[in-house]
Amino acid sequence: MSAGPPKIRIRGLVKSFGEKKVLDGIDLDIMQGTSLVVIGGSGSGKSVLVKCILNLLTPDAGTIEIDGENVLALPPRARRAVYAKVGMLFQNGALFDSLPVWENVAFGLLARHRVTRGEARLRAGEILAQVGLGPEVSRLFPAELSGGMQKRVALARAIAARPEMLFFDEPTTGLDPILGAVIDGLIVDCVKRLGSTALAITHDMSSAQHIGDEAAMLFEGRIVWRGPATSLLASGNPVVDQFTHGRREGPIKMELCGGM
Amino acid sequence: MTSLAAALAGIGRPVLTLCRTAGRVALFAVSGLSHLIRPPFHLRMFLRALVEMAYFSLPVVALTAIFTGMVLALQSYTGFARFSAQGAVASVVVLSVTRELGPVLAGLMVAGRVGAAMAAEIGTMRVTDQIDALATLSTDPMKYLVAPRLLGGILALPMLVVVADILGVLGGFIVSTTSLGFNPAAYLHSTFTYLETIDVVSGLVKAAVFGFLIALMGCYNGYMTRGGAEGVGAATTAAVVSASILILAFDYVLTGLFFSQ
Ligand SMILES: Nc1ncnc2c1ncn2[C@@H]1O[C@H](COP(=O)(O)OP(=O)(O)OP(=O)(O)O)[C@@H](O)[C@H]1O
Ligand SMILES: [Mg+2]
Repeated sequence: MSAGPPKIRIRGLVKSFGEKKVLDGIDLDIMQGTSLVVIGGSGSGKSVLVKCILNLLTPDAGTIEIDGENVLALPPRARRAVYAKVGMLFQNGALFDSLPVWENVAFGLLARHRVTRGEARLRAGEILAQVGLGPEVSRLFPAELSGGMQKRVALARAIAARPEMLFFDEPTTGLDPILGAVIDGLIVDCVKRLGSTALAITHDMSSAQHIGDEAAMLFEGRIVWRGPATSLLASGNPVVDQFTHGRREGPIKMELCGGM
Repeated sequence: MTSLAAALAGIGRPVLTLCRTAGRVALFAVSGLSHLIRPPFHLRMFLRALVEMAYFSLPVVALTAIFTGMVLALQSYTGFARFSAQGAVASVVVLSVTRELGPVLAGLMVAGRVGAAMAAEIGTMRVTDQIDALATLSTDPMKYLVAPRLLGGILALPMLVVVADILGVLGGFIVSTTSLGFNPAAYLHSTFTYLETIDVVSGLVKAAVFGFLIALMGCYNGYMTRGGAEGVGAATTAAVVSASILILAFDYVLTGLFFSQ
């Protein structure tokens, strides 16, 4: 791994909703130019973790350092500057449904860089082509797209402004296997070509091994295992083993009766 | 003793909640307004809000105003006949419409139409993470979603009320001259004889305040939405109800400010 301080460094992150402690002391480092895959059961707090890192939720305790600075303690202006360098793909896409596809994709470009709408539109077309969407899509509205197409538009929006840090919340869920592989390739490509640092959440083991340099398992509010993504299927950790092999017996208890 | 304490707590708790909400709304309003004087400005969003609030509300407000003017003429004619004061019809119509009914009825109609739509749109954006997405794209949601709507409301309602004033007077004129036997020229003459600038101006100021309240309630309730489609429904209802009540309350306060000696 590269030397120097980690790009993103999280210590003792705690987040509760009412009585329920979702994150219970997360420690996590992500090095510049690497990608980390976070896995964990449904409802284990993966999306909450990413939202805390992006300052969309305020943690109850802990620190989040980006480029060595604790973002939670920064004044608003400096914090905005830090978050101008991120791209995020939300789990449900979160496309702006009052704007056509091209404006969704170009939104960050228009907000951050002084580009004209014409230029932004051309750029949006190029990025849409990268995610396998033709020019006829760019004038449609999000409601007119299939779920998989929405996901690809959301991915295009996340990478459009060439951010230094990329966050993907389940980028390939709901896509067919071929398209899933294409998107995986695209994410790897972005990380390598742009030199971005990435954090991806996924439930798909092959996708995890493809995207991630490293992997971490979130369980009961903590990171219980961390290692190279290639060793996911042979981690030797009982929690990870149960999860990656989809076994019903093991330390992870699905509260099917209690939860309903 | 304990029952007294319980009774007091029963009064205190809602009062505290009300104060807390009022405080939050006030902070929200200040934050929204502060974005109007700090660049960047989202001109497109402002124009969209203005068109939505002013232009598309025109038919509703116009119909309301015309019928109100017509009813006013009819009511005051038959009512005033008891004192042989039918001559006052024109003045009653123009004063009621410009001072009171134009702004209040336009405000209530727009609250139902636009306040609800605002709360639903922003609430849906909240529950589908679109507001979070704005923040990750270097765009302040307060600046992008709330500030343009607040300004749109402040400007749209006075425009609508100018139209409502004219159409309200026209409604009274039509009824008076066609079925109540007034002479058109004499009716218009007495319409303008007792009309003062303050009557119209106070109505327009009220309208600006109502427009602000409608947009504020729509945005606030939308922005604070929790919990899926049900939450959006609740936010929509809350936006309309709270805006309507605030309009009537502020109407009283403003009337007091303008016309008490
Ligand atoms: N805004 C919120 N208010 C209250 N509780 C919340 C909120 N957001 C998340 N939670 C709770 O936090 C827990 C973790 O949610 P999260 O969305 O992070 O799960 P996840 O790991 O992303 O699951 P999935 O794989 O299904 O997306 C859930 O139990 C959820 O109920
Ligand atoms: Mg999730």
